[in-house]
Amino acid sequence: MINSSLYNVLYIDLTERKYEVQERRDLFEKYLGGAGVAVKLLEEECPKGVDPFSPDNPIILAVGPLTGLYPLASKTVAMFKSPLTGNLGESHAGGRSAVAIRLAGYGAIVIKGSSRTPVYISIFNDQVRIKDATTLWGMRSSYAVGRVLREIEPGAGKRTIMRIGIAGENLVRYANVVVESYRHFGRLGLGAVFGSKKLKAIVIAGTRGVKVYDLKAYMKVYEEIFRSITETGVMSKYHVLGTAENVLPLNAMGALPTRNLMQTRFELAENISGETLAEKYLVRKIACTHCPIGCIHLASLRIAFAPGYEYETLVIPYDYEPIYSLGSMLGIGSAEGLLRLIEKVEGLGLDAISVGVAMAWATEAYQRGLVTDKETMGLRPNWGEDVEVYIRMAEKIARRANEFYSALADGVEVAASKYGGLDFALTCGGNEVPGYHTGPAAIVGFLTGPRHSHLDSAGYSIDQKALRGPMIEEEMVKQIVEEEKFRNVLTSLVICLFARGEYKLEKVVRALEPLGIRTSPEELMKLGAEIQRAKASFKAREGFNPYNMRIAKRFLETPTPLGKLSEERLRDMIRMYIEMAGLKSVYATLD
Amino acid sequence: MSYRVSVVSIERCIGCYSCMFACSRFRFGEVSLAKSAIQVKSAGGIERGFVIVVCRACVDPPCVKSCPTGALTPRPGGGVIFNEAKCNSCKSCYEACIVRAVVWDEEKDKPIICRYCGFCTKFCPHNVIVFEPMGRELLV
Ligand code: SF4
Ligand code: SF4
Ligand code: SF4
Repeated sequence: MINSSLYNVLYIDLTERKYEVQERRDLFEKYLGGAGVAVKLLEEECPKGVDPFSPDNPIILAVGPLTGLYPLASKTVAMFKSPLTGNLGESHAGGRSAVAIRLAGYGAIVIKGSSRTPVYISIFNDQVRIKDATTLWGMRSSYAVGRVLREIEPGAGKRTIMRIGIAGENLVRYANVVVESYRHFGRLGLGAVFGSKKLKAIVIAGTRGVKVYDLKAYMKVYEEIFRSITETGVMSKYHVLGTAENVLPLNAMGALPTRNLMQTRFELAENISGETLAEKYLVRKIACTHCPIGCIHLASLRIAFAPGYEYETLVIPYDYEPIYSLGSMLGIGSAEGLLRLIEKVEGLGLDAISVGVAMAWATEAYQRGLVTDKETMGLRPNWGEDVEVYIRMAEKIARRANEFYSALADGVEVAASKYGGLDFALTCGGNEVPGYHTGPAAIVGFLTGPRHSHLDSAGYSIDQKALRGPMIEEEMVKQIVEEEKFRNVLTSLVICLFARGEYKLEKVVRALEPLGIRTSPEELMKLGAEIQRAKASFKAREGFNPYNMRIAKRFLETPTPLGKLSEERLRDMIRMYIEMAGLKSVYATLD
Repeated sequence: MSYRVSVVSIERCIGCYSCMFACSRFRFGEVSLAKSAIQVKSAGGIERGFVIVVCRACVDPPCVKSCPTGALTPRPGGGVIFNEAKCNSCKSCYEACIVRAVVWDEEKDKPIICRYCGFCTKFCPHNVIVFEPMGRELLV
């Protein structure tokens, strides 16, 4: 491959305030890029048993061989040790990040050490600067931080601005990193790791070019993929309503977690559906760099803030996940209330799913008397009744306002261990659960997935297949294992998972060929398996035990469209997963 | 009939940069956001949308008039033709074009001038830009 700038790994040390570039052809040739390279760098850089907030916990950002070169190769993979789960931290974001990293001349960036005073990192091609961020620290909203950096940094329009909000500064264990205002490294607490290093933001821009090995062939494959993506409708749903299109179908099948999963149908779902949001609030759709689809939906909300026709207008991104976690989970059935809460959570830099699940638990705990006005500092959460309560609650969590909110900031499992109510503290593997109560495959996917996310293996779609025609558990697990491997391939390239319908393995092989990379579908799946194993090994090394995972009672009590789940069967399926994925030896000492 | 790229519905632009990548791959044989005759810019924060800057193919081009060496000459019907051999890298054209459609190639230290090939328009998913005969807007 002649675009060898991909092999450049930029190592930045915030303690010593220095950096260097190393050529890591070895890693990129073997593991392509993205998740594959990141997990190897994590193995190398992250000392065993390290405190996630120690300077030694590395932040790794990686892109891949297709980044910038093909439509929808638009994502960056972040890896770190998660302060939320204590093991693998992995999170993906788009925006301008991936193309910016690649065109600045890097395949990966590793950040270690920590600064004593707030800093941000500015990367413009080979100029790397660690700059003072004292004035940005404590800023009320992550949006404001972006506005300041837009003014003072080069590369307008083509750069990425990653930053944390006050949640990250205060080490909320599920604080996120906001990218370009509307995208995120959302899950598992990358924002808190930034905060622990006193790293407020990273700005990256580049003007480098990437050359391919066979230009003619590249142009041809490019055109074919581009046409297929934009003209055949394989991806149109992501543009039309976006992921918010899931609200009504999931609600109709009884799989939309509502009021802390006491219910799976939300009587007000219509009000917060993709359709309603699109018809009444949607003002613009935008895209990540080099994505002709444009799934990012922006709503506009006009709010009167004082008498005398005083209005402010907010522009707020929405997706299925926050609609679930900050909408139905909290019983919030007004689009306006939901959008206001999303805006708050975004500004604070909190992961929407985690904070929503935490507040849903808090509501139930309050209603059951496990916590009182004293703990909540006078806030009286009562589902959708008063959105203002949740807006203030999110703020208190982000600021760790008292012992109770500080416990919530450590994750709902920590809070429930302290105040009771573990039975309805909805986590899988320590990570707050995504919004798909579709059946066993979804839950097993959350439990076994390396990042305990719906994006690991998409069990919800396997459940939906099972609804259409019966499927035995072995088959479900087999599909989970295979899907996870396939996704490891895509996230090493790095292709947006929404494009999985287009980038089948054969297509990936053809896309790589003009870049001088020869491979086969079989080889790619082998790589996917190897990455699966590497992630599991890291988890095991950091103490993760899949055999004794907590399964909250609520998951079992509330029926799914495929019936009630049984703990025993779920545990059987976890065992099957370990067996089929060939991970028995990884977890050998734990069984 | 002379053709040019017209920006017809900027508010529909999703900021995907497909047009820029098209120009850079077709004209420069590489993947880059620095080498493209068409530029996507943010209109000041993504929420405000985007700006597309591309040569308007002026009928009496200021860039031509500013060029001291004759490297830029008018194209019949509007627009300009660039002869790199004559260019002395003075950057006058870059200054003269007030819409900033002359992109500066820092690597070569030469201007990047649109060739009115229309390739970029084939990759716009929302027909924000179209390749059309000049003066067509007068006909409707
Ligand atoms: S480069 Fe600028 S001045 Fe020259 S023809 Fe194009 S738009 Fe007119
Ligand atoms: S018309 Fe051709 S040269 Fe001009 S911007 Fe489009 S692709 Fe580039
Ligand atoms: S291809 Fe079209 S939608 Fe995409 S950035 Fe260019 S003008 Fe905008």
